[in-house]
Amino acid sequence: MKSLSEIDTVSKRSSRAAGYSWGIAEEVGKNTRLLEIFSLPGIKNLNDFLNKKKNIKLENLKLITEDNSANNSQYCPVIAGVNFLDQIKTLENLNEIKFKKIAYPILFLPFVSRASEIVGKRIFLKLDEKEFLMSFNNCIHSNFSKKEIIEIAESVSIKILKNEDSFSENEWKELYKLSEETFVEENESLKNSGAGAGLTDND
Amino acid sequence: MNIPLRDPNVVMKLSRLGSFHQSRLSFLRSFLREFKDWDYKRDLFELNEKGYGTAVFSFKKKNRVYSLICFANELDENERSDRVIATKWDTAFTLFDGAPTKLDIERLKNEVPKQEFGRLSYKELTLSRANKSVRVFNHVVESLSNGVQPDKELLAKVGYLYRTTAVYGSGKFGLADRFRIKNREEIYGPFRLEMMLVYLVRQFTFDQVNHVAKNRNPKRAVNLDPEICKSLGIGNSTGLGMAPFIVNHPTLLNNWIYAREVSLKKIREIKNVVINESNLFKDCLKKSIKHVTSWNTESEYQINKIKSLLKDLNQFILFLDNEFDFNQEHPFNKLYEHLEEKYEEECVEYVVSMMMEPYENIVAPLIKEMSSEEDKYFNIPTERTVLELKTIIENKYSEILKIDFKKKENNLNFWFISKNKEEPRLANRFDENGCDLEQPLAIARDIKKLYENLLVSKKKLTIAMFLSNNADLRHVVRRAFIVEKFPYSEIQDNTIGQEIVPIDMLRLKLSFFGALKFDPRSDKWLRICMFQGAPLPEQLKNYDEHWVYN
Repeated sequence: MKSLSEIDTVSKRSSRAAGYSWGIAEEVGKNTRLLEIFSLPGIKNLNDFLNKKKNIKLENLKLITEDNSANNSQYCPVIAGVNFLDQIKTLENLNEIKFKKIAYPILFLPFVSRASEIVGKRIFLKLDEKEFLMSFNNCIHSNFSKKEIIEIAESVSIKILKNEDSFSENEWKELYKLSEETFVEENESLKNSGAGAGLTDND
Repeated sequence: MNIPLRDPNVVMKLSRLGSFHQSRLSFLRSFLREFKDWDYKRDLFELNEKGYGTAVFSFKKKNRVYSLICFANELDENERSDRVIATKWDTAFTLFDGAPTKLDIERLKNEVPKQEFGRLSYKELTLSRANKSVRVFNHVVESLSNGVQPDKELLAKVGYLYRTTAVYGSGKFGLADRFRIKNREEIYGPFRLEMMLVYLVRQFTFDQVNHVAKNRNPKRAVNLDPEICKSLGIGNSTGLGMAPFIVNHPTLLNNWIYAREVSLKKIREIKNVVINESNLFKDCLKKSIKHVTSWNTESEYQINKIKSLLKDLNQFILFLDNEFDFNQEHPFNKLYEHLEEKYEEECVEYVVSMMMEPYENIVAPLIKEMSSEEDKYFNIPTERTVLELKTIIENKYSEILKIDFKKKENNLNFWFISKNKEEPRLANRFDENGCDLEQPLAIARDIKKLYENLLVSKKKLTIAMFLSNNADLRHVVRRAFIVEKFPYSEIQDNTIGQEIVPIDMLRLKLSFFGALKFDPRSDKWLRICMFQGAPLPEQLKNYDEHWVYN
C-alpha cells in the first residue's frame, strides 16, 4: 500500500512534469492525498488526466462567475479548481454556480471540499448525475462510490449551503428537555452555597 | 527587563545556521528524557558466529511497544559504500510499531535489506541501514576475543563501530504516515522515532561485537567495557537530502529556531542567577572543550572553523573566570552582548547552547512545541491584497530584496532531483544540463521576482486575482504568508549563489538532532556522530542530563 506521503509527493512531481507551476503542483499533491483519504479515485483520475492532457483541448478558467461555459473545449479541472478555491470568498454569496464541461471533474472536487472548510459552509456539488455533499473538508457524502475514471462532466453545479439546522425546533426542544434530567433542582440552601457569589451579590 | 527575540535577518543567515551546536533542545537528548522510564529489552538475538542474522530490541511502557528489528548480512568488501548510490549494507533496520510476529519478521527480512527498493507497511515507522567502520570493528573483535579491551585512542578518534547512511520515516517507501502516530504523547517533539532507531542500533552494535568476539574465542573473550560502550556513538554520513527538507518544512523550521530563540531570550531576562546555575553553565562549557579538541576532520573549511572556535572559547573562558561577575543583574544578557561584540558566530552559538544547560524549567516546555502541522498553513489567504503582500515582503525579506539575481554569481546553481536515486543535488546551471527541471528551492530569487511583479500590480487587487495571472509564483506567495506568522520559517539567504556552502543547511538540522563532531567530506556531505557519551539502555532510569559533557 502506498503511504499518503508518497501519494502527495508523486502527484506533485507528476503535475509539475505535466506543465503546472510548482505552487499549483503542490495543490494537486494535497488534493490527490485528500481524494484517497476519502476513498475517491484520485490517483486513477490524475494519472489518466495527466497522460491524456496534451491531447485534450483545455480551457483555463480564471475568473469564475455564476455561469461558466467552455467554448468548444473543456475546463481544466486543476486551473478551474485553483481559481474556485482562491475566489471562494467572493463566490460564497451566489445561489448557484454552474459550469459546462469540466474535464476529469474528480480532480476538481477536492478544491471544492477545501473551499467548504474555508467558508465554514457545506457545499453541494453535482457532476451530471453524481452528487457530493462536502462538509467542511471533514467528510464527503456521495451517491458515487465507483473507483472509475470520469473523463468529463457535461454539467456541473455548485450550491454553497446556508448554515441551517437539519432538525425541527420541536425535535430540539424534546431532546433539550431530556438533557435537563441531568440537572439538580436547587433549593434555597443550594442557591446560596452552590454558586460563587456570597449572600449579597449586589455590591 | 524585556529582551527582544533575535532578528531573523541575523539568525536565519546560512553562516549563522551553519554555526549551530547541539543543546538541551536537541532531539536525541529529548528522546532520552522521554523514554528514560520505559522498559528496554532484547527480545531476539539470533546471530551466527560471524554476527549475521536477526535481532529485536524494544522499548515498552503500559500497552505501547516499539521494536527495532535488525538484519545483519554478509557483505563483500567491494560492495561496502556509504554513498547514497550503494545498494547493499552490513546491516538494515526498521522500527516496528508494536511487537513483531514471526510472520512480520519474515516479511521484513525480504524488504528491509533492500531499503529504497523494498516495500514497508503502515506497521513500520522508520527505516535505516548502517555500515561497519571495518577498521574499528575488527580491532574491537580482535581485542575482546583475546581477553583485552580495545585501544581507547583509536576508538576515540573514530567514535563509533557503525555509521548509518540514511534514516527514513514519515511515509517513505510505504512506512507509516505521521498522521497515524502524531497524537501519541511520547513522540511530541520532532524525529523522536528516528532517534529511537539510531539509539537502539547503537546497542545492537555493542551486542554484535561482543557476540562475534565470544564466538571467535569462547574461553578468553571478554565483553566490551560498558564505559567504553558509553564513549561510542553511531556515525552518520549525510548528504544533500537534508537541505531541501528545511526549505520544504517552513513552520517546522520556525518552531525549532523559535524554541531556541525563546530559550535564549528567557535566559537573558533572568535578573539574578544563583550560583549553582552559573557553576553548571561554566562546568558544562569547560568540559565541552574536549569535544572541540578531539574533533577530527580533514576538511580545511572545518579545521579553520574549529581553530577559530577553540581560540574564541579559550579566550571566553578566561574572561568568565577572571573578569566576569555573575553577581550582577541580568548576567546572561551581559555575557550575550559581550559574545556578539567580541567573537565569531560559531563561538556565539556554541555558548548560546551552553546557556541552556542549567535551565530545564525554561527548555523542557518548549520541546513539546517543536513539532508542526504544516498542512494547517497550506491554504493561501487569497482575500488579502497586493499591498498587504508587498508590505509583508518588505518587512520579512528585506535582506533578500537587496540581492541582484541578474548577476551570474547570485544565480549560479540550481537544485534538482537525481533520476537514479531520487535524491536532491546541486549543480552549476551554466555548466550542467537540467536547470529546466529546477526544484522550487531558490526561494530568495523567486521572492524577489514576486516582489517585482507586485510592484507593477494594482495595490487593491486581491491575491486571488493576482494569482490568476501569476501561477508561477504561487509557491512563494504561500511562503510569504507563512513567514508573516512564523518569523523563523525562512532562510534569509541565497540558496543558489556562488558562495553557498550547502553543509551549512545540513549542520543546522544535524545540530537540532544533537549531532557532534561535524566532519565535512566536501561542501556537500559530512560525517557526524550521535549518542557518543549517552547512557546505555540499562542506565536510562537514572542518568545525568548533562552526559554530553562527561
